[in-house]
Amino acid sequence: MRANNFMGIVFSNVHEECISELTSVRTMGSVPFGGRYRMIDFPLSMLVNNGISKVGVITKRNYRSLMDHLGTGKSWDLSRKRDGMIILPPFDYGAAGLNHGKMESLRGISNFIERADEEYVVITDSNVLCNFDLEEMIKSHGASGADITIAYKRGKKPSGLDNLMTFTLGRGKRITEIAIDEKGDSVANYSLNIFIMRKLLLQRLISTAMSHNLSNFERDVIQSNVDSLKICGYRVDDFAITIDSLAAYYRANISLLDNDVRRALFTRERPVYTKIHDEMPALYGEGSNVSNSLIADGCVIEGTVENSILFRGVHIAKGAVVRNSIIMQGSKIGEKAEIDCVITDKNVTVKPRVSLKGAKTYPIYIGKNSVV
Amino acid sequence: MARKTECVAMLLAGGQGSRLGILTKDVAKPAVPFGGKYRIIDFPLSNCVNSGIYTVGVLTQYQPLELNDYIGNGQPWDLDRLNGGVHILSPYQQIKGADWYKGTANAIYQNINFIDRYDPEYVLILSGDHIYKMDYADMLDYHKKNGADCTIAVIEVDWDEASRFGLMFTNPDGSIYEFKEKPKNPESNKASMGVYIFNWAALKKYLINDEADEKSTNDFGKDIIPKMLADGQRLFAYGFNGYWKDVGTIESLWEANLDLINPNADIDLSDDSWRIYSRTPVAPPHYISSTASVNNSIIAEGCEISGDIDFSVLFENVTVEKGAVVKDSIIMPGTVVKSGAVVQYAIIAENAVIGEGAKVGERPENSGDAQNWGIAVVGKGVKVGNDEFVSAGSMVDAD
Repeated sequence: MRANNFMGIVFSNVHEECISELTSVRTMGSVPFGGRYRMIDFPLSMLVNNGISKVGVITKRNYRSLMDHLGTGKSWDLSRKRDGMIILPPFDYGAAGLNHGKMESLRGISNFIERADEEYVVITDSNVLCNFDLEEMIKSHGASGADITIAYKRGKKPSGLDNLMTFTLGRGKRITEIAIDEKGDSVANYSLNIFIMRKLLLQRLISTAMSHNLSNFERDVIQSNVDSLKICGYRVDDFAITIDSLAAYYRANISLLDNDVRRALFTRERPVYTKIHDEMPALYGEGSNVSNSLIADGCVIEGTVENSILFRGVHIAKGAVVRNSIIMQGSKIGEKAEIDCVITDKNVTVKPRVSLKGAKTYPIYIGKNSVV
Repeated sequence: MARKTECVAMLLAGGQGSRLGILTKDVAKPAVPFGGKYRIIDFPLSNCVNSGIYTVGVLTQYQPLELNDYIGNGQPWDLDRLNGGVHILSPYQQIKGADWYKGTANAIYQNINFIDRYDPEYVLILSGDHIYKMDYADMLDYHKKNGADCTIAVIEVDWDEASRFGLMFTNPDGSIYEFKEKPKNPESNKASMGVYIFNWAALKKYLINDEADEKSTNDFGKDIIPKMLADGQRLFAYGFNGYWKDVGTIESLWEANLDLINPNADIDLSDDSWRIYSRTPVAPPHYISSTASVNNSIIAEGCEISGDIDFSVLFENVTVEKGAVVKDSIIMPGTVVKSGAVVQYAIIAENAVIGEGAKVGERPENSGDAQNWGIAVVGKGVKVGNDEFVSAGSMVDAD
């Protein structure tokens, strides 16, 4: 299967409600992550690293920050004469567009899908952090002769998402039963919402669902076809974290301080691309004291930083102490301020001597451009 | 056909930079890494873009592969343009034969056709040897205001260093009445920065005459400028008083890197209004472990630090293991400093490995041989074995 016979479709907006603090001003795809990335960098890089050079990014609302981040797609090598990245703004059907779910969005881009020359599509969300070799999943799809292959992970399922599918697998990795939003904390095979199927099948599924006025992608397209189509699972054993709450977002960031996690997500073979900011490298002043932390370009550190993630251009003043925190781009922590278990959004100013303390299970969130 | 452009910049980037020794063994000097994520050529290129000059010819000759690769289509500097942009100009074959660039003036002479395509009023001549932030547009305004034929940027240097430079002697109105190239007993401290603005029509005439003169060395400082002065052309000195450093030697390269950390040095790369652009590597943020101690240093992305770092500049993807010490040093991309190694007063080039317990460089006060003390240099890809010692001032090359 040639890589240029595949195109990617990335949902930039789904599951935003589960981290509404971070998505009130942006899309799920443009939520900052890991010091210099946005969530959408992970699915985009995964597609690009497999040689896929056509990616449609589906947007719904608040996508200005996403457009700003993606630009022409140059940073992902997706600024091309032929194919490349295409941002797909919402399509207005007038009165008909009532449900704003995945089905509505897919229907809105039916022209884009129709016109594509590619035989297959890879569909992903933007709230899953992973960097596995998509080639293997594509091979598995071909080998099993499946109509649809869905990536899944075995483990404790994320409880904060709507429409989360869990699978029962039979022989030959075939999914025999799909439960949606099943209650209970038990270990399960939960979907990572990465789908591979033929473009023609996707078109047929969309038009059938639409003609029956069915609007839930997981329920009406995938689950209802579990018997009539051959749907197979592809188990991901590599690192994969689904963001389903602010606490999960916090944990996922902090987990990058673990050497194994960092090496699994940022490999030399499959780099994660992101928009370039021409910041100078981080500058450490006299008396800076940094330990177990991830620090991005443009930071100026004169204080103490422990177990934290610092995004680009953060300033930690003399005597300030930052512990167990995620400090986003351009934030400033004033002299002798002390913060612990805090997530500051972009360009937050914490004034000198202010003290803030959250809990690891319930970090304090400080909104964009706030002054504390 | 290219559209008419007021000012075209020509960047002389063909020099070997032999005083940088093994650091320029297989790259041209302008491609030498600087300041944690830059290369020397990022400074003149960014200055051009920030000054509104979007047509830049880069003249390459010595070991151009890495430099060409780095510049590419110029996109990191916003120099991929419909009209103008950055152009790599290497020596080429003509109908009457082929020539290397014989000198700075000859390099421009051989590219008269390139410049003529843009039909410019002015040509800005730059070199890829210096670290500085300068607004060439201000200098161009000064050139126009004086109705000059040539304007030379000058900086006042320390008197005891003046004999290393081309020196200008000026009248109160800024016009130049004499120029002396590296005089033994300097009577002026206004040193040429190697930044010239010429009226293109005048320069073109001088280049053609200079080429016809068989005795000429085809050099701006030695031939073109003295000839223009002798002919009574209007030459002006444009005083610049910011940070400017020639990084032509190991010591000056080391010093300029560490100036970025020095709060008293007037070079701030975090200034948004005058950004220095570069081709940024794809790497995650750097990680500082709980055994690390980092002070007074610059650290780039992708580094993994578990040792002690002080007064140093670390480029991307450098690993410093637990118990290793890096002080007063420059470590270029991809290098690994193993546990227990001590690196002091040193420059370590790309992808080197400093073995466990190895010692590279010495503090001047600890060196037994103060006469020959210098910065230690480890070349690209060199593996310094466990417990090996690289003395101060020495250069270690592969094989």
